[in-house]
Amino acid sequence: MLKITDDIAQIEYQCEPIVNAAGWQADTSGVHLTKFKDAEHLVRLAGAFAIVLVLFLLIRAHFIPKSFGQYGHYRGNALAELSSKPVIYAGHNACEECHSDVLDVKKVGKHAGVNCEACHGPLAKHAEDPGSVVPQLPDTAVLCVRCHEENIAKPKGFPQVVGAQHSSGEVCKTCHQPHSPLLSPGEKKS
Amino acid sequence: MITRRKLIVLLPAAALAWKYVLAGTPETAPNYNRSEHWWGMLLDIDKCIGCGNCVRACSTENNVPDGYFRTWVERYHVAGWEQETPQVDSPSGGIKGFPPSRFEGGKNFFVPKMCNHCVDSPCTQVCPVGATLHTPDGVVLVDETYCLGCRYCIQACPYGCRFLHPTKHTAEKCSLCYHRITKGLTTACCENCPTGARQLADLKNPDDPIHEFLRTHSVQVLKPHLATGAKAYYHDLDGSVR
Repeated sequence: MLKITDDIAQIEYQCEPIVNAAGWQADTSGVHLTKFKDAEHLVRLAGAFAIVLVLFLLIRAHFIPKSFGQYGHYRGNALAELSSKPVIYAGHNACEECHSDVLDVKKVGKHAGVNCEACHGPLAKHAEDPGSVVPQLPDTAVLCVRCHEENIAKPKGFPQVVGAQHSSGEVCKTCHQPHSPLLSPGEKKS
Repeated sequence: MITRRKLIVLLPAAALAWKYVLAGTPETAPNYNRSEHWWGMLLDIDKCIGCGNCVRACSTENNVPDGYFRTWVERYHVAGWEQETPQVDSPSGGIKGFPPSRFEGGKNFFVPKMCNHCVDSPCTQVCPVGATLHTPDGVVLVDETYCLGCRYCIQACPYGCRFLHPTKHTAEKCSLCYHRITKGLTTACCENCPTGARQLADLKNPDDPIHEFLRTHSVQVLKPHLATGAKAYYHDLDGSVR
């Protein structure tokens, strides 16, 4: 039973008599638990909680980006930001738009599947502005052995040479045309 | 001179301004519908020659700091009786190719490694702030403006595919060249692989050759027992590969 007098709120519990096994009975008459003295404290506390909650929601609304949760538990705009990074390798389609003469040689040779930039390096800038950005010709003495130097872990069918023994110091393009490297039978060294 | 009165006005104004900085909408890739793609990669062990072209290309395309790798190549040597303890080396991630092997005999092969872009990726699950994300087209990415650098994801990745950027102090990983594939290009590693050992695969595209390949070849993923839903498909993967 709750009694509220002038400025004191009291809760009076009316309990069943407590009886233990031995028949002893506790005196529970007139047990008063004073919970608080001033009811206004409750209102103030509730007010303080409300202010904190509103502040929290406001700060949260300001700091969480609008796109958060668009696709999942992350910032949706991150996808567009990541996909707008610049491209460094132009891709073989860009090369083939202008260099169709090289493509004609390459597509019938053993290097048909090797894309241009795999040897010539990243050339997106050249593709954008062919006039002012001119690529350097790769050095075949370094380039070819990256793939064709003998190594026990390479697939067995892959053409491999021991560079030092194979060319007796000559650079590869002395005999092999890099865009179509297989020697014709007439050209083959004895 | 900033008085206390001015500061009280300035702080909320600064907070408002910051909100609009964060919400800035960048340009989007045109003609790309995220719901129409589901990206993965095919890695053919039988074709990899360990030339390191993929590692160099990835490093250049994504400005990967020296000594760190978003993709790398490992060389395995498995003697007949050592299936459980293969000898693996990867000098500088294979970026300069591989020197002659010190082993003879046994099985020897190269294994290109990269982020597996798992469907149920452990790294995404542990990120406390939503900086590691799984895109609607099946790519796992890092939002570096949101990353705290707590390294939980680096510990969580069972494939060891992540690192902390030494100067940005944010998590880094293979992005499957998201800036390229959303523009209709292939990834830098696939573009530069001379033997076709790496092939980007769009599993939602019915015309993609991956479907025919998966139907007719023996294909595995790494650590299938972890049920990560890895989408880096390895052709003729040896049982010794970890």
